[in-house]
Amino acid sequence: MVPRIRVLVAKAGLDGHDRGAKVIARALRDAGMEVIYTGLRQSPEMIVNAALQEDVQVIGLSILSGAHNAIVPRILELLREKEMDDVLVVVGGTIPDGDAAELKQMGVAAVFQPGAALGAIVDFIRGSVRQPL
Amino acid sequence: MVKTTLGEIPVEACYGPEHMRGDAPPLPGQFPYTRGIHPSMYRERLWTMRQFSGFATPEETNQRYRYLLSQGQSGLSVAFDLPTLMGCDPDDPAALGEVGKCGASIASLADMETLFDQIPLGEVSVSMTINSPAAVLWAMYLVAGEKQGVSWDSLNGTLQNDILKEYIAQKEYLYPPKPSVRLVTDVIEYAARHVPRYNPVSISGYHIREAGSTAVQELAFTLRDGIEYVEWTLERGLPADSFAPRLSFFFNAHNDFFEEIAKYRAARKIWAETMRGRFGAKDERSLKLRFHAQTAGCSLTWQQPYNNVVRTAIQALAAVLGGTQSLHTNSLDEAYALPSEEAVTIALRTQQIIAHESGVTSVADPLGGSYYVEALTAEMEERAVSYIRKIDEMGGMISAIERGFPQREIAEASYRYQRGIETGERVIVGVNQFEREEPESIPLLRIDREAEETQVRKVRRLREERDNERVRAALDAIRLAAESKVNTMPQILDAVRVYATVGEICSAFRDVFGGWTESSIL
Repeated sequence: MVPRIRVLVAKAGLDGHDRGAKVIARALRDAGMEVIYTGLRQSPEMIVNAALQEDVQVIGLSILSGAHNAIVPRILELLREKEMDDVLVVVGGTIPDGDAAELKQMGVAAVFQPGAALGAIVDFIRGSVRQPL
Repeated sequence: MVKTTLGEIPVEACYGPEHMRGDAPPLPGQFPYTRGIHPSMYRERLWTMRQFSGFATPEETNQRYRYLLSQGQSGLSVAFDLPTLMGCDPDDPAALGEVGKCGASIASLADMETLFDQIPLGEVSVSMTINSPAAVLWAMYLVAGEKQGVSWDSLNGTLQNDILKEYIAQKEYLYPPKPSVRLVTDVIEYAARHVPRYNPVSISGYHIREAGSTAVQELAFTLRDGIEYVEWTLERGLPADSFAPRLSFFFNAHNDFFEEIAKYRAARKIWAETMRGRFGAKDERSLKLRFHAQTAGCSLTWQQPYNNVVRTAIQALAAVLGGTQSLHTNSLDEAYALPSEEAVTIALRTQQIIAHESGVTSVADPLGGSYYVEALTAEMEERAVSYIRKIDEMGGMISAIERGFPQREIAEASYRYQRGIETGERVIVGVNQFEREEPESIPLLRIDREAEETQVRKVRRLREERDNERVRAALDAIRLAAESKVNTMPQILDAVRVYATVGEICSAFRDVFGGWTESSIL
């Protein structure tokens, strides 16, 4: 049996709008992945620790407050410090094109903007996760 | 194939007299006000065109307000940034990257004075979207008015101050539900006694809908929240008619045109009957549900953003035909960012075109008597009343929230909605049909980091320059008031006057009330 992909769905920053995060969490679960949802208002440190504890292959960050340029780089930095560079980081939310390009350059695997299809997100994660041998 | 409304109510292909339940509703202006609260509606007075707005520093937002007023907007509506909404000062580590992003950063009375610089608070009505720290920001507003020489009797506007929908939907809470509702009630009571023309709460379905609820859930949970506030205020010994006329509501205007109109009509009927039947209110102003409407932010698409102008126009028309008292129309670029000045002007013009060109303002409730609209109104009423009864049986809204009931209902509805888009059953133009390959780029408002640096510098300077002895004493007085059962508004006003910050005052309350984390419901 192929082990299930483990995903941490995280809400970073002060924003409490969790509709998207919850819908994505359910869609990934329905697609057969193991999903851990952090709940609201997680600091970058809390998110990276949760990813470590839960031994996930993917972190899905939901940010709708415009604070992505401050929060995402900090998470990537912490992942590098903890030698967790192999964790796939995807971001969803209201991220303008220019910012999305910058985030990808820093190491974010994909940015899903409003209107992204659930199926496309599932397919991207399935196609990108390095399965353990 | 069964067709349903956006809110999952099955609808027939055509409606006739056989679909009518009971008598046709009485004329507009007559109990239970299904058809509107005024006999001739917009002939008497147009709705207030009130664009929600705020960004970056209070200085920049003040400029935007003066522009909007110069363009014919008739009231102001303040958007605060997330740190302010969450009771944090700009230099709080949790505020990193968030200062001024989703609204104006207001840390102290000094910022509030700047926000309304040269805007006469005795003449312009001001709505403020703030919840957990609502009492604090309202105190700053009252004192800012005082400093302009405006007496509290002549201040008018609306404070959102609706904490229950935060637990249900938007999740901007600081304390556990009970002490939070106590603060809401402190404001309602204080307004009834000292600021008689001000609406101390705007009981909001908007955010419930944005979180993914159906129209019926929005209707039912909002009215049940209203019932909760009335019960708490009655316990203070205030008679219903002394505060109920100042309760106001805030609903979403989503895509399903007739369902939205039916929702507003059902809301008025249920509220009027509840206030009279359940609470014994007699003053007709206590029975009339007044509401603000905002077009649905969650309906705006990132793809082909100019289509959003059309969506917003249809939604705004539904709110007007549903008898709204004030309206915010979203801007075409709001799936991306806060609106640019050009985009917000088109949104305001949309309301002006409906008001002055379409002819719909000449006749009150022009859809009254339509077989479909009357049948749908009755159906929504029935479904909402059944939800309200269920929440009553759970022991009220706070205990329903503690059990996760409304949260779960909304999460289920929003997932079904998203699946519908995924399967193509629900068409979103430009998103899952009629797509276009090449992306459209539109000019966006950008909030630079400078706003954050400025606000951090200002709050640090403020803490050096003010009389910190008096601030400490005022914060101690807040803790004492919070521990007892008194109304906390006088202590909050004292703290605001000596320039205690929003973060300091909210922390003082947290010392007594504790914090709150929800158990996450997926």
